[in-house]
Amino acid sequence: MIGLHQVTICAGGFCLSNLSMQIQSGQYAVLMGKTGCGKTTLLESICGLRSIPSGKIYIGDIDITHFPPGDRQIGYVPQDLALFPTLNVQEHLAFALRLRKTSANQIAERTQQMAEVLGITHLLSRRIQGLSGGESQRVALGRALVAQPKILLLDEPLSALDESTRDEMQVLLQRLKQTTGVTTLHITHNSAEAAALADIRYRLEDGILHLVS
Amino acid sequence: MTTNESNVGEPSPSSGIPSWTVSSSLQIRRRSDVPFFLVMGGLSSCFIVLIVLLISADLAFTSLSDFRVALSKPEIRAAFRLTMLTCTVAAILSVLAATPLGYLLSRYRFPGRFIIDTLVDIPIVLPPLVLGLSLLILFHLPIGRSGWELETWLRDTVGFPVTYRWPAVVLAQFSVACAFAVRTMVVTFDQINPRAEDVARTLGCTRAQAFLKIALPQAVRGMIVALTISWARALGEFGPILVFAGATRMRTEVLSTTVFLELSVGQLNAAVAVSLLMVMMAFVVLLILRSLGAGLTS
Repeated sequence: MIGLHQVTICAGGFCLSNLSMQIQSGQYAVLMGKTGCGKTTLLESICGLRSIPSGKIYIGDIDITHFPPGDRQIGYVPQDLALFPTLNVQEHLAFALRLRKTSANQIAERTQQMAEVLGITHLLSRRIQGLSGGESQRVALGRALVAQPKILLLDEPLSALDESTRDEMQVLLQRLKQTTGVTTLHITHNSAEAAALADIRYRLEDGILHLVS
Repeated sequence: MTTNESNVGEPSPSSGIPSWTVSSSLQIRRRSDVPFFLVMGGLSSCFIVLIVLLISADLAFTSLSDFRVALSKPEIRAAFRLTMLTCTVAAILSVLAATPLGYLLSRYRFPGRFIIDTLVDIPIVLPPLVLGLSLLILFHLPIGRSGWELETWLRDTVGFPVTYRWPAVVLAQFSVACAFAVRTMVVTFDQINPRAEDVARTLGCTRAQAFLKIALPQAVRGMIVALTISWARALGEFGPILVFAGATRMRTEVLSTTVFLELSVGQLNAAVAVSLLMVMMAFVVLLILRSLGAGLTS
């Protein structure tokens, strides 16, 4: 469960106050809103990359407001993906597991499983520089999901993809939703995408977070 | 007004094709890039030609036998060894200090950042002799009523005297070379997208792990450049070494001081031969470091 209780977020010159939200365990929430309305700032605040001046953020019953990002058990896929330029695909998938001192056998097994789920087994030894948009997106998803986080945050994951790749990725996200059951918060501008994936929908408008459905 | 211009837009009586089709095809401008390359190449070549002329003049002035005689002198051979050693140590120390400082200056806004950023440039703008004098004063300034001195403490307690010995050469070189290395590393980290480090932190990295596992591997090329610049800067250092380490033959003499010492005793041929030796050393070391950098990042 993700809970936001009267959270204030600030970025640059603007602040949004009293933002509250509740996403139950296993739910797939979609957040929509105009460009520049603060959606990405909200996501960065949840994953700990921005500190919040006031309010509380919960995962389950635990208040994680002041936890460092690495201790929040959140998988984050930013809009720009921010893949690691010096690592190959396999190393991306193994990254979070290595940090958790997982054994080499388990790392090999888990990265293989994740690569199969994402359909990128043939890319494992490739460097990230030559990957297409869809392939990069899958690598970023795998990197975020491999350590089995409680929460997955997706910042416009399909916006930079062509139509057919977007459809493929949408199917993949639906499959991940069913197989992993991870609680997800997904930012998008696309209503069709929201309709296909969302269990609940929020809209951030004029500084207020509305529960749409 | 030409005939063609007067007929623009009117159909040609014979073919029915509008005459502007013909006239516009005649008016296509073929612009050349040659002036651009001539101007850019001409201005750029001023500097290149100057360097080539300088080296050519040195080569024309000296002969192979002068070179052989100079290199056979035990003092010059000792200076060569000391130069290689001190430049390498100073360059490595510079990169070790410049990498974390460059990262902090690039990534964080903290109180006093502006002052630290300015302090880094002090050794670059300070006259070399003043830097040497400042080092000398630092090591020999009596502190407190007991008159405690850093140099005395290092010599008597630690057993590592610095002033007028080879560590003074390294410290004098490091003081200037490190400033250049820091500037290089700040630019290096400025060019690396910090988003990857942010994502690494969400995956479980501490800030230290994000630096070591994500930022540092991307900065390797910049570190090689910083090492190269520091090494080259240390090779050319003269003023602070003369003041802080002295110019004692076989002890604190590096090649830049050799040129000065040979000149001061009227040995112009030896001075030019040593200068050419420094040019060759710089060329070879820079070439090796750059190839290494290209190999590591390819």
